[in-house]
Amino acid sequence: MASNKKYWKSVEELNENSTIVETLQKNEFVTEIPTDEFLGDKETLEATSTTRRDFLKYVGFTTAAASLAACEGPVIKSIPYVIAPDEIVPGVSNYYATTIADGFDFANVLVKTREGRPIKIERNDLDGVNGSVNARVHASVLSLYDNNRLKTPLVGGKESSWADFDAAVAQKMNEMQGKDIVLMTQTFASPSTSKLIKEFTGKYPNVRHVVYDAVSSSEALDAFQTVYGTRAMADYDFSKAEVIISVGADFLGDWQGGGYDAGYAKSRIPENGKMSRHVQFEANMTLSGANADKRVPTSPSQQMQVLKALTGGSASGLPENIAQAVASAKAQLAKAGSKGVVITGLPSVDAQVVALRANAGSVVMDAQKPKMTRQGSALEVSKVMQGVLNGNIKGLITVGVDPVYSFPNNKKFTEAYQKLEMSLAFAMKKDATAELAQLVAATPHYLESWGDAQLKKGTFSLMQPTIRPLFSTRQFQDSLLQWTGNSKKYYDYIKETWSGVLGTTSWSKALEAGVLVSGVAVDNEVASAGAINLESATSNNALSSTAQSGGMELTLYTKTSMGDGQQANNPWLQEMPDPISRASWDNYVTVSAMDAKDLGLTNENVANGGLNGSIVNVKMGDVVVENVPVLIQPGQAKNSVGLALGYGKKAAVQEEMQTGVNAYALYDNFSTVQNVTLEKVSGTHEFACVQLHNTMMGRDIIIETSLEIFNTQNVSDWNPIPKVSKDHEEIPVTSPDADLWTSFDRSVGHHFNLAIDLNACTGCGACVIACHAENNVPVVGKSEMRRSRDMHWLRIDRYYSSEESFVADGEKKDSMSGLSESLSQFGEMENPAANPQVAFQPVMCQHCNHAPCETVCPVAATSHSRQGQNHMAYNRCVGTRYCANNCPYKVRRFNWFLYSENDEFDYNMNNDLGRMVLNPDVNVRSRGVMEKCSMCIQKTQLSILEAKRDGRPVSDAQFQTACSAACDKGAMTFGDINDHDSKVYKDKKDKRMYHLLEAVGTEPNVFYQTKVRNSKEA
Amino acid sequence: MLTISTTVFAQDSANEAALTEAAAPATDGVGDAAAGEALFKANCASCHNLYKKRTGPALFGVGDKYESAWLYEWIKNSAGLIASGDARAIEIFEEYNKSPMTAFPGLSDTDIDNIIAYTYTEKKAPAVAEVPAGTDGGNGGGGVSNNIILGALALVFLLLVVMLFLVTNTLKKIASANGVEYPTKDPNRTPIWRVFVENQFLMLVSSIFLLLASAYFMYGFFMQVGVDQGYAPVQPIHYSHRIHAGANEIDCNYCHSSARKSKTSGIPSLNVCMNCHKSIGEVAEGVQVEGLSEYGVDYNKEIQKLYKAVGWDEAEQTYTGKTEPVKWVRIHNLPDFAYFNHSQHVTVAGVACQTCHGPVEEMEIMTQHAPLTMGWCINCHRETNVNVAGNDYYEKIHDELSKKYGVEQLTAAQMGGLECGKCHY
Repeated sequence: MASNKKYWKSVEELNENSTIVETLQKNEFVTEIPTDEFLGDKETLEATSTTRRDFLKYVGFTTAAASLAACEGPVIKSIPYVIAPDEIVPGVSNYYATTIADGFDFANVLVKTREGRPIKIERNDLDGVNGSVNARVHASVLSLYDNNRLKTPLVGGKESSWADFDAAVAQKMNEMQGKDIVLMTQTFASPSTSKLIKEFTGKYPNVRHVVYDAVSSSEALDAFQTVYGTRAMADYDFSKAEVIISVGADFLGDWQGGGYDAGYAKSRIPENGKMSRHVQFEANMTLSGANADKRVPTSPSQQMQVLKALTGGSASGLPENIAQAVASAKAQLAKAGSKGVVITGLPSVDAQVVALRANAGSVVMDAQKPKMTRQGSALEVSKVMQGVLNGNIKGLITVGVDPVYSFPNNKKFTEAYQKLEMSLAFAMKKDATAELAQLVAATPHYLESWGDAQLKKGTFSLMQPTIRPLFSTRQFQDSLLQWTGNSKKYYDYIKETWSGVLGTTSWSKALEAGVLVSGVAVDNEVASAGAINLESATSNNALSSTAQSGGMELTLYTKTSMGDGQQANNPWLQEMPDPISRASWDNYVTVSAMDAKDLGLTNENVANGGLNGSIVNVKMGDVVVENVPVLIQPGQAKNSVGLALGYGKKAAVQEEMQTGVNAYALYDNFSTVQNVTLEKVSGTHEFACVQLHNTMMGRDIIIETSLEIFNTQNVSDWNPIPKVSKDHEEIPVTSPDADLWTSFDRSVGHHFNLAIDLNACTGCGACVIACHAENNVPVVGKSEMRRSRDMHWLRIDRYYSSEESFVADGEKKDSMSGLSESLSQFGEMENPAANPQVAFQPVMCQHCNHAPCETVCPVAATSHSRQGQNHMAYNRCVGTRYCANNCPYKVRRFNWFLYSENDEFDYNMNNDLGRMVLNPDVNVRSRGVMEKCSMCIQKTQLSILEAKRDGRPVSDAQFQTACSAACDKGAMTFGDINDHDSKVYKDKKDKRMYHLLEAVGTEPNVFYQTKVRNSKEA
Repeated sequence: MLTISTTVFAQDSANEAALTEAAAPATDGVGDAAAGEALFKANCASCHNLYKKRTGPALFGVGDKYESAWLYEWIKNSAGLIASGDARAIEIFEEYNKSPMTAFPGLSDTDIDNIIAYTYTEKKAPAVAEVPAGTDGGNGGGGVSNNIILGALALVFLLLVVMLFLVTNTLKKIASANGVEYPTKDPNRTPIWRVFVENQFLMLVSSIFLLLASAYFMYGFFMQVGVDQGYAPVQPIHYSHRIHAGANEIDCNYCHSSARKSKTSGIPSLNVCMNCHKSIGEVAEGVQVEGLSEYGVDYNKEIQKLYKAVGWDEAEQTYTGKTEPVKWVRIHNLPDFAYFNHSQHVTVAGVACQTCHGPVEEMEIMTQHAPLTMGWCINCHRETNVNVAGNDYYEKIHDELSKKYGVEQLTAAQMGGLECGKCHY
């Protein structure tokens, strides 16, 4: 039936006498084309001797000439070493053990180098290693090749030589004699550096050392010092835990230095019918909350009460649901006895002390060998800030910290900083502080430096350079040696310090391992802040005042991708989607749906799948952070908001990566909890969010069950094989009768499979960055991300379920009847609940044995191998994108543009320095071809080749993909299922095993382990 | 050529004989220079040259500087002599950076006499001066003679054509003289091309033929785009594989050592060259002559280029530290999207280098022997059996697969060597 509706594109069109509409309708082109003007110019036209025919001839000739010239190959030069180093064989990787200690991330790592270039960070899996190799650590290799790094020292803002620089410093130090200078450093956790700083302050008594952590753990240090006497942080081994109660502690994120996820994941695998129970009370939706068995949205002020109630106080005043959860948690904690643990992330010494005391008898907490990875004291740093502001401090030397960017009242501080008599910054980049400093010492990246660290009491680590310094940089420690008149190099200095640590181990052995567990404990603490005054220390006051005033409670947090913001100029990290919000290239204020409604804040999806959000000003007293985008976060506690630190950096950050707002402005008193008000401003913000807030609508993409059902019922009840109908009879989809295809025989040789355990996966995203580094995955930028043209071969899908469990979703779907009812009910399912359940699912190419992509490729560019890998021959691909269309998992990525050597995509692949990180064994794909996960075929092929060369079978541990190697939680297991002793074979036979969209019959070589939640209340 | 070189050699040996004879009386003992030469080459040549300083001093006329007894002692145990405090021994030890000379206790006094006799061999006048006249002439003669033969042949043919023309003319004249009527051209006859154009069938057939032929040649042309078989660029240093791999039989893997363990065969770094060239500053006389005459290359100058690049001061026998990396022109270029691993083929499969690189030991100028196209790779994978002997990796796989395919020996293709992803990732 023809419609007589009027469609219109613009309001103007409704105006009947609009001239502009008429003109636009008549004109083929919006702007006039100057043909008349051109043809009217008789003189020029007649003067020219080129006829139209001649013109066409020229065009034809030049085209032909250009194409003929293109036939000739370029001359390629090969330049060998003049004197080849013994250890380098071109084309073979070398691995070195080293340690990252950048003040925020501390971990023992292995560095893969090719022809002397570090190209990838791997985990060091020796005994005694510390720290977690998270996404930021994996990405740190790219920060080495950052084009914005300082290339020489600066004197008065001008490039200078080290000799001139040293002279300038000496002169300055002379002038400053007797005046108060503060040496403000990052946490080094290094015994040698501590010793050296003591020597330096000994020589210059007017210099005082203060440690500043941009994201402070001061309250935890103060509390530990109060209880145990040393300034350190308790270590926790969650693998021993049976009950974990976390009150606002995102311990799977960066809580107290982070690195607890591997242990946690171990306790989450249901073995012998047992797994840990995890209850999380928190305001923002964090990784820990997302992984918890029970998550209770609790605002920070309520958290304080929860903690008190848990440790013996009363639960009065708490809302009923929270009080109930507390009672239940308390009972479970009591039952677990020494295997229970209470942790808190509240920025209050009291709270931390309470938690420490509560855990005194717990086997999970280790107070004997505490962690040393944070040492800053908020009180001391505040004093320095005050001193600079009121002019008592005359000189400031900053090392690895950027106070001009990260101090809370940075406007006043910036002015005061410029008035200092002496300002010296040790920095890798010309960051906000270095930009204003009189003297700037260019420091090398950790991959270019020597160093040592004591990450945990009694466990020592070494840092060794894996490449010659790229620029004219000098380590902070070498500068100190120079200035204290010590002729030694820092390398020798470390060796000297280590003579007391090594014991029977040789230096070379220790260097090879990168880590050494020693009975000796060397002091690498800073002189503590003296007696801690609980009243004034940190932010007790802020916390209690929050509850009283009328605003919203803000919890500042760090993202798994950006951390404290040191690596803001790293495109891999910028492009990495936040595990929870799935938004990249931004920070934003997270608001609960109810609060958003009250404040009139909205989020909406536009036609291209992009997410738009309202914009607010965040006010805290007289501090205003303007134009902060709003993201409505399911699960956000009511009356609370969240905002990530580390964004909004401008200095030494490429324009494309100057994203987000600087939330450090709100980090008053170095407390993560603040009281703010939101004020809506006009406009909308465009997010680059790669997954919409859709629920699963009851599809079995994630199969999950409860521990109780898992233990008591049959597999067919909780992990059934889908059935299909054949001749009106239901048969399992895995039966050969249900198969349309004739199958290849894969029983001989290798058959690779990848197992993904949904119970162990915390969604941290280390695998995403590892995949980036291994496979030369390009960065596409915010605008392309928004168009969902991200190139990530491996994504971690985050699913919310509206009901308390996915099972309930399924039941709802099954019980729907009729069209109208189902439409409205599906609509309901899309509404994110106030407190949804969350599940993470890493998805990469599933390498289907019966791959739908292979059959539709017109040029056979994608084909199957006997080893189970689905091959993609880029040079064969013509870019029809049929394969991506036919892929049920949506894992294929199309190169819409040329992402390397293209000024439009000015990221690491567009400069010589950034390209040094590329893996020479993997292609850099060009425009117009499809790409996808190859199951790291370059790695499996290498393992096979090495075995062939040595004439031995390949052992199970030698088959790895980049993601499985990066996962320290054991969530990804890769191997050969034809080797029946392999771990992956056992996983495949496990009853939790299922394939993604099994009903489609694609028989993937990637499989998942059903998620089991320990949902039993006490 | 053969005769010329023999004469050169004859001359040389004659010279040598005369010189040795002339020089011999100066020595204390009487040695046999010919035996000495063999001994010198076997024992001394790696560190000494007769006329130039190498690791050790130049030895020409060493017998004049030191008496035989001292030399016996020095050669048999130089360290002992130094230790005994002999002034001359210490002086020479100091002069050569305290690098001790290898002791040769196995050499008898007679052997040493022979070597000393050999050290009196006078330096030959540069071969360049005397040889070119003969060689160039000979060579030129060869070229000229070929041209002359061709020219003569052309002349003969031309003569034949002229004669044929004359003969017809004469015959015509005779015919007309004899009154035989000679048929004249019919002006109304249609020319042959018109007949051809008007014959549609012929046109059709020939145009189809033409189209097919041009398609064939076009295909041939386009298929060779980017295929650089026979590519032999001029290199910054003229390096002769013929001399190194051919005449001197140096194993390919000595220089291209990473071929055994890496994906690239590796262009040797200059320190590898210097392993030998530290003591080989000049090529042998005959080689030099051959280089100049056959290839127009002065090998000695090329060695000097190496010294310049690596920063080797020949006179001082030290490295100056000033280096200039050599920018070789890469000959074998696989596209970036193809992964090739040398060690897989060299170490695992045991494929000889020559299989892909051709008779390198005969190449004066390195040339790309194989087309390096995918078809070429695949053909070899189809035809070549996997080398499984003594390799535990293959034991199980090969057993099971060969049973499956019902063959004794599996080819690389049957092993999975044709799968796209094995080379393209």
